[in-house]
Amino acid sequence: MTRPPVAPPTRRLFRRRDGRLIAGVASGLSEHLGIDVLLLRIAFVASIVLGGLGMVLYAAFWIVVPQATDDPAPRERSESRVQLVGFAALGAAMLLFAQLLGFGAGLIWPAAAMIAGAAVLWRQADDSSRNRWRSVAERQRTALSGTRRRTTLRYLGGIALVLIGMGTFLATQNAFPVARRAFLPALVATLGIVVVVGPWLLRYWREATEERTARIREHERVELAGRIHDSMLQTLTLIQRRADDPEEVRRLVRHSERELRGWLYRPAQPAASLRGMLTAACAEVEDEYDVTIDLVVVGDLPATADVEAIVLSTREAAVNAAKHSGVRTISVYAEVGATELTVFVRDRGKGFRIAAIPEDRYGVRESLIGRMERHGGAATIRSGKRIGTEVRLTLPLKVSAGV
Amino acid sequence: MVRKTRVVLVDDHSLVRSGVRNEIGGRLDVVGEAADVAEAITRIRDTKPDVVLLDVHLPGGTGDAVIVAVHAVLPDVRFLALSVSDAPDDVIRVIRAGARGYVTKSIDGDELATAVERVAAGDAVFSPRLAGFVLDAFTGEAAAAPPTTELDVLTPRERDVLQLIARGYTYKEAAEELFLSVKTIETHVSAVLRKLQLSNRRELSRWVSERRLLP
Repeated sequence: MTRPPVAPPTRRLFRRRDGRLIAGVASGLSEHLGIDVLLLRIAFVASIVLGGLGMVLYAAFWIVVPQATDDPAPRERSESRVQLVGFAALGAAMLLFAQLLGFGAGLIWPAAAMIAGAAVLWRQADDSSRNRWRSVAERQRTALSGTRRRTTLRYLGGIALVLIGMGTFLATQNAFPVARRAFLPALVATLGIVVVVGPWLLRYWREATEERTARIREHERVELAGRIHDSMLQTLTLIQRRADDPEEVRRLVRHSERELRGWLYRPAQPAASLRGMLTAACAEVEDEYDVTIDLVVVGDLPATADVEAIVLSTREAAVNAAKHSGVRTISVYAEVGATELTVFVRDRGKGFRIAAIPEDRYGVRESLIGRMERHGGAATIRSGKRIGTEVRLTLPLKVSAGV
Repeated sequence: MVRKTRVVLVDDHSLVRSGVRNEIGGRLDVVGEAADVAEAITRIRDTKPDVVLLDVHLPGGTGDAVIVAVHAVLPDVRFLALSVSDAPDDVIRVIRAGARGYVTKSIDGDELATAVERVAAGDAVFSPRLAGFVLDAFTGEAAAAPPTTELDVLTPRERDVLQLIARGYTYKEAAEELFLSVKTIETHVSAVLRKLQLSNRRELSRWVSERRLLP
């Protein structure tokens, strides 16, 4: 199968989630432009204090530039503390700037409260629009872990800050009597707008949600159909063509069964791990020798030279079983223990006498026993007419590397 | 055994049902078949079989829903899950709902009949893969989560037995290997099944809660 060459990704400007201080504008810009992020941040703060341009720019970027969706989610705790510092610095800069302009405290503090509240609300909206991209399962998990309550608290806190700001502003301007007189008309007007526009907004929102769901579903369907078309359909065609060759048909069926199982049950298996390597090795032997291998793995390890050695020995043992045992089913069991890694390869075949292996039989002596010993492990073989053959491979683990 | 074990087959694919019926029909008495959750519940209530061979995925629900509904009225009917699924959450879910064992559809007819008879006699049936899942769940995070009750740990003997099953040994072969009787092996496996159903180990709960179908 050939793949079209992967096009180089177009460089688009995103706000970064990791390494952000406030909304990720500076770190996103720094990545896009290749300028040190510290320089950009200093420039922003300086221009806020000196003329306010930086603040307008920052706000514009925050609103216009989308958040990156593919980078790793930030480590919540330590990051939010850093962000707090960022917000505090921004606040201080803004206060300083306001004082330079000559506004009185009666104006600055209400404004500060309102802006802080607005910032909390905006950030929250930022996060929830990102959440939409996350998988349903992940969202359920976060919902279970109490994040939802914290989100609500943050929304309420933000709204409270804005209201306090508005209240203090009115109070300091001695505008309360005016506000009270204007309150009722304003309320009536707002209610009127809600009544008139509300149903329309609601319908629009519902339609948008439905459309999004349908689009996601369609996307998944197309993807799955593509895979099935590519693999299953091709296999079926091949089977029809090779119907008179049972061995080849078995091989084809086994291959596509394995592929389908991979998609269904083990979607993300790292190839460079004990489990991934054993799965691949067993698949090769199944395809090559027309046997079925029952693979069970307990625990996992990252791939190292030692792990690779035991996987190669496992493959060798499975090949021997496929070639000489006379049965078509082989069991492979691997267990990562606290101190050692053990693999058993077993068949219920006719067995053999170990003493009868000639000195020069390269396979068993070299590939199995020799290789394991070179890597500090061992290989033992039990075989007999009644029990079949079982090869036991062990590898001591240096540190407690078990996962 | 004086009479044949009475079995109901629950699977949404009629080809699978007729295949299984053919393979085990000689040794067992297939008294009914069903293709979905609702039909399974009525059929089992009507026929009161010894054992139900149950597919994990069914139209109108999943296998565990059948087990829960039937056990509410007929607690003595035993279930053996028979599935193509490799996913631990599928497997563990039916076991936690009350199935006495789990075998894959690649099992041959004789082995399947033996497994059904074993379940009918009140024992548990573990495939190598299920044994692997159990070992994974009970040993994988041994250091991280200290066991709170005896339900959360396997005894060394139980570990030995499970390991042999995972290595592809039958109960009889495992018994010979450990110099035990087959009956003792069955006792150990039943004890493990009980732990699997009742333990609160995080790994098990995670496998089950992934689909949010059981508490």
